[in-house]
Amino acid sequence: MTTTTVPTTARRRSRGPFAGLAALTLSESRLFARDRVGAFFTLAFPTVLLLVLGLIPSFKEPLAPGGPRLIDVYTPIIVAMVLSTSAVQGLPAVVATYREQGVLRRMRTTPVRPQTLLLAIMATMMGVTLVSTVLVLVVARLAFGVPFPQSPLAYLVALLFTGAAVYGLGLLVAAVAPSGRAGNAIGTVLFFPLMFFGGLWLPRDVMPEVLRGISDVTPLGAGAGSLQAAAAGGWPQLLHLVVLAGWAVLTAALATRFFRWE
Amino acid sequence: MTVIEVNGLQKRYGEHVAVADVSFEVQEGEIFGVLGPNGAGKTTTVECVEGLRVPDGGTIRVLGLDPQHDVVALRQVLGVQLQDSKLPERMTVAEAVSLYSTFYDDPADGDALVDRLNLARQRDTRFGNLSGGQQQRLAIVLALLGRPRVAVLDELTTGLDPQSRRHTWELVEQIRDDGVTVVLVTHFMEEAERLCDRIALIDAGRVVAIDTPSGLVERTRAPQVIRFRPSEPVDEDMLRALPEVGSVVTHRDGRVEITGTGDVLATVTTALAHERIIAAELRVTQPRLDDAFVALTGEGTR
Repeated sequence: MTTTTVPTTARRRSRGPFAGLAALTLSESRLFARDRVGAFFTLAFPTVLLLVLGLIPSFKEPLAPGGPRLIDVYTPIIVAMVLSTSAVQGLPAVVATYREQGVLRRMRTTPVRPQTLLLAIMATMMGVTLVSTVLVLVVARLAFGVPFPQSPLAYLVALLFTGAAVYGLGLLVAAVAPSGRAGNAIGTVLFFPLMFFGGLWLPRDVMPEVLRGISDVTPLGAGAGSLQAAAAGGWPQLLHLVVLAGWAVLTAALATRFFRWE
Repeated sequence: MTVIEVNGLQKRYGEHVAVADVSFEVQEGEIFGVLGPNGAGKTTTVECVEGLRVPDGGTIRVLGLDPQHDVVALRQVLGVQLQDSKLPERMTVAEAVSLYSTFYDDPADGDALVDRLNLARQRDTRFGNLSGGQQQRLAIVLALLGRPRVAVLDELTTGLDPQSRRHTWELVEQIRDDGVTVVLVTHFMEEAERLCDRIALIDAGRVVAIDTPSGLVERTRAPQVIRFRPSEPVDEDMLRALPEVGSVVTHRDGRVEITGTGDVLATVTTALAHERIIAAELRVTQPRLDDAFVALTGEGTR
């Protein structure tokens, strides 16, 4: 019996998880832009919210003589909201839909790994987050004179740690959501408590002590706290960075444990 | 040359045995059918061949590659069209083709494939706006983009209207004519009979028979049925005496129904001519793959 075989050179050639990443990220970005509603909520809504808040006269009064104004306090909170919208609402909806419709499964039949598609979706969401964050900071500066973060390095660290925590959470939702619709629903349900402890309705500075204690150990409480500290020119509290790293590790581990490609 | 070898394949999902014992070989350049009732283990079998599932037992080689260990090399030479697998709704045909082209070392000409699969006018149509047949044809384009040497097509024509189905059959023949070995999973008899060079008939996780479509039909020894209206009453005993004839029945309206095997038609018409009887409205029903399927699996298809 003769058996046809593949030349050994083809056997040795191996493609890492980054092969195809550029093409997939470009493709995902284009698909994101075509989803007008999703694009509006992640790209424009935070800035619109900032503008609305800034038009309320009391937001422009200093909280204490010589202290920051409410709009200064809110700008980092809105940046935290940008991060959680894309990570907890955007990411799981896309991933769960792709799983439900067999897009991830089809990727398994090509030389490109489905992990690469997951990376491309995350890269797209992070790119959108970055654009939206810059938009919020620039508009806050131009419209209401909110100073740019006074400690840019500390701000970047705060962004990275907060991003790691919320993207871990987003991946965990994506891992367990059985369908795109469920992913969307879980993301939306999670968004409200996350943002509550992040201070969207009651900034952390004016939270009762017990509430702030709880907020300190939630991903967006610690995230908003870190961003506010860096915006004011300081460094994030060690507690907040430890909390954020803890959330990132825990959620990433659980997501890896429960993730299914089909 | 052997392109695919499956030996003693087994696969369980918990308590449920999906594939109990499946072995077959696919030769280069043939269209090999995997046929069986729903739930027989057809899809599980080909998913093991595609490296999408880990077998519980047995060995598989595709072009000498082990689908579990040589998956990287396998992806370059095996084209797969999956049952129920979609693309993002907002992705256009042209975008999907150019994206998937970047995945392969030596991709085929995507535009030519799109033309050939009759999707040229849908180039800028989003996947969500394509008809079922167009989505299936795009799936074939994507399966062929990497210039595969083997293509596995799973339930290719399910959900297509009869015209699209016939068109798709012609495409499968063209793919084979290009030198691609095709494994076709189906539960449509007509499709298997028309397209396949050989068929593995699978039932309840086991191979019941592997043969050409006509070989499978012969195995069942299902009789041919001859019906006609004779110009005058026939002598039933004279017909029954013919070696090829099994049974003879004359219906009340005068029509005669004869079952038999082998060259029964020639024998019967010769005998009638000898008696100067003219057979009007002569009909012969040949056994088909359907009958073989029912006989071998003890089950109807639809």
